[in-house]
Amino acid sequence: MDLLTKFIDTYPVFLKGMLLTFEITIVSIFIAIFIGLFFAFLKISNIKILEWIADLYIFLVRGTPLVVQIFIFYFGLTAFNISDFLAVVLGLAFHNGAYIAEIFRGAIQSIDHGQMEAGRSLGMTIGLTMRRIILPQASRRALPPLGNQFIIALKDSSLASFIGMYELFNVATTHGSLKYDYMSYLLIVAVYYLILVLFFSIIVRMIEKKMSSSD
Amino acid sequence: MNNGIMINVEKLNKTFGDLHVLKDIDMTVKQSEVVCLIGASGSGKSTLLRCINFLELKDSGLVMIGGEKIEKETHDLNEVRAKVGMVFQHFNLFPHKTVLENVMEAPIYVKKCPKEEAKMEARALLKKVGLSDKEDVYPSKLSGGQKQRVAIARALAMKPEIMLFDEPTSALDPELVGEVLATMKELAEEGMTMVVVTHEMGFAREVADWAVYMHEGRIVEVGHPEQLFSNPKEERTKNFLDSVL
Repeated sequence: MDLLTKFIDTYPVFLKGMLLTFEITIVSIFIAIFIGLFFAFLKISNIKILEWIADLYIFLVRGTPLVVQIFIFYFGLTAFNISDFLAVVLGLAFHNGAYIAEIFRGAIQSIDHGQMEAGRSLGMTIGLTMRRIILPQASRRALPPLGNQFIIALKDSSLASFIGMYELFNVATTHGSLKYDYMSYLLIVAVYYLILVLFFSIIVRMIEKKMSSSD
Repeated sequence: MNNGIMINVEKLNKTFGDLHVLKDIDMTVKQSEVVCLIGASGSGKSTLLRCINFLELKDSGLVMIGGEKIEKETHDLNEVRAKVGMVFQHFNLFPHKTVLENVMEAPIYVKKCPKEEAKMEARALLKKVGLSDKEDVYPSKLSGGQKQRVAIARALAMKPEIMLFDEPTSALDPELVGEVLATMKELAEEGMTMVVVTHEMGFAREVADWAVYMHEGRIVEVGHPEQLFSNPKEERTKNFLDSVL
């Protein structure tokens, strides 16, 4: 009961934090999709130097902790008068882009080679076949792992609290320290995260359903 | 100008790494002729077909389509491919598009044909292959024979001058082979120039003007199907026919 009272007392602040968490996630994922698509194309370009660039990028992202990446973006970019929000968003996008690149690459390469041949045999260019035939099928296949990555990004956005963004996790720890009651507010914030993750999962499942009409 | 010669291949060579797949292939196909390519797997039949459609690029030699020498330096191969239809063993229909959309795709996006016009033509083609009732169905709901007939309609939608068939019935259940062959026969009777890689000797006998036996990248024997199948001149042809018939 005590917990419920605390929940009700604090929900306006937590909802604000949730909104910020939501914004950070959505914007960074949106940018990450473009970064991911770009590097996925580099990886499948069959041009060695472009593949190396993509490999280097993925190596850098996978080889360093996300919190380090976020700090580098934060201290690196805020020097150019970029807002905290944008710095965090770009850091997360840089990070998720690498994983999304691998998701897209895998999905594109999983499409039967005959699809590209069929398109080309009809006089379609490689680019047109990619756009009209391969990518629509690949994005359907990429959707489940992409949904997974969205959820990871959502939870990773809690690291934005380290650079002072007042998102969900920061709201929780701030309340915890003010009231000497970390446990209650951590349990409460867990509920907010669960709600967000549930929301994302439902959206992803709805898109999946809509896209599977041709099966 | 081209004396009705649709395909002219001279001294065509193709290698994949160390593998010499096509060795000095010479072949001429006139307008409205139907040619069947037979031979064991790995004999180069499919590669020859793919070189005629420029899905594979030759190492050396000459490929002429409609009397015109085609080189990747001087021609837009996409335009050439649009004139040479291809039907694949595994259909390769676009699974995310309905039957009608499969047929309309290339006319709309390659030829920039207005959508309504493309739709009308696609419907006419589906009627021709006997699949009018399936136009809004996705390929996954079709039988193999139906898929292949859609694939034929899709290739025809680009109004090709030549149709290439790469083992069009090999992936089909036996009872579905007939409907595909019937469609192909109809096409041949309309005067389409066709090159068919096939193991259907019955079809070859009935429809083909002549047949080619290939072995290890070379053309071993060329002849009228009746003669080639019943009375082969070459020992290797005879051995092959004995093993498949």
